[in-house]
Amino acid sequence: MVHFIVHNKQDTTGVVVVEGVEAGQELTGWLIDTDETLGIRVRDAIPIGHKLALTEITEGSDVIKYGEVIGRAVAAIPQGAHLHVHNVKTKRW
Amino acid sequence: MGLQNTFWGYHRDNGRVGVRNHVIILPVDDLSNAACEAVANNIKGTLALPHPYGRLQFGADLELHFRTLIGTGANPNVAAVIVIGIEPGWTQRVVDGIAATGKPVSGFSIELNGDINTIAAASRSAKEYVQYASALRRTEHPITDLWVSTKCGESDTTSGCGANPTVGNAFDKLYAAGTTLLFGETSEITGGEQIVAARARTPEIREQFLKTWNAYNDFIIANKTNDLSESQPTKGNIIGGLTTIEEKALGNIQKIGKTCTVDGVLEPAETPTGPGLWFMDSSSAAAEMVTLAAAGGFVVHFFPTGQGNVIGNPILPVIKLTANPRTVRTMREHIDYDCSGLLQREYNLDQAGNGLLDVLFDTANGRLTDAEALGHREFVLTKLYRSA
Repeated sequence: MVHFIVHNKQDTTGVVVVEGVEAGQELTGWLIDTDETLGIRVRDAIPIGHKLALTEITEGSDVIKYGEVIGRAVAAIPQGAHLHVHNVKTKRW
Repeated sequence: MGLQNTFWGYHRDNGRVGVRNHVIILPVDDLSNAACEAVANNIKGTLALPHPYGRLQFGADLELHFRTLIGTGANPNVAAVIVIGIEPGWTQRVVDGIAATGKPVSGFSIELNGDINTIAAASRSAKEYVQYASALRRTEHPITDLWVSTKCGESDTTSGCGANPTVGNAFDKLYAAGTTLLFGETSEITGGEQIVAARARTPEIREQFLKTWNAYNDFIIANKTNDLSESQPTKGNIIGGLTTIEEKALGNIQKIGKTCTVDGVLEPAETPTGPGLWFMDSSSAAAEMVTLAAAGGFVVHFFPTGQGNVIGNPILPVIKLTANPRTVRTMREHIDYDCSGLLQREYNLDQAGNGLLDVLFDTANGRLTDAEALGHREFVLTKLYRSA
């Protein structure tokens, strides 16, 4: 089963695509770009459609998805943590 | 099956081909809604399109109002039109605009007549029109006559990795076949505008696109009171897992596929002048954008969703698709095409695109969409600013 999806090799975040992911669970991911299989242990429960940090992301650094910048971290985000509006903000508005 | 060479539609006098055969009762203004609804109640098989505007508008906002009403009546999915307005001048302007297509259209005005006489006269014409329309037959037409628009809504992260790329795959195939295609949602390109700009066919189109995007962005910057979170992305987007406008935009633009170029930029409700992929300056609000696409002459619409939008349109069949398995489970009656298997690698993007094209041709040939069967008829005019 694919638990999460990553678009590009450079991405620092992936998307959970199944329901019921719990903290501490070992997940299997699919990197679409290169058709690779990934593995990661999540720190938090993550709802379907929400994102996890693939690497540790320091406060103030860019978050990458689709190989592009989707915002900046406003808090330190550990690997495997839930990544969303509580720790990432837009750089546009 | 995927792409087919032909579909079965209704040929109109102006050379366009529709996939539906509506007789609409079109109010020029808010005051005429009641009369239009009464006519539609009298004459079975007709459809009133009530809306809240049309009085004291001026300048570019008034021009857009006329362009949208005329474009709606002129859409090839419409066989004939009754226009009702409070006074004869603007009523005749809408009638004349629609009459240029060669289809039957009549105008009625309420001042000096009252609702009851207007409704009686308009009902007599509507009865003739619905009988005329019901005698028309579908004929076979080349795929190049099929105009397809797209806009996504209630998006989440599965939109960007599943449903939107599926539309993009179908768009690449339709583009190669020489059809006319549309995307828009100006504010929702923010974060991916350079990627769209790089897809423009010529430097002039690139410049026009960026000018349009910059103007909309300046308008948002001038009027915003916060960082727009809960507006763009919406509350529903955020619940679904989308974090920023950049992320939403990069998912959004998956809909224009990988190979088609952007061949032109349109004003809201403007009709393209040739085949290819067109960008229409438009709001990202679902019903506004789909209404503008219909006014631009598009006859079928792809609407990818994540969390589950329920939208339809009175004259434009809206095909909804999702890759979110929870949305498929909880909102099945709104999902014309389930592509959630794509995310579990049960099939690839090429196969998902072909599955969507199968739904497109079934719909074009006459099968009702979920939104049509459920009676979703969101007709929402875009208003640029306050009336005088």
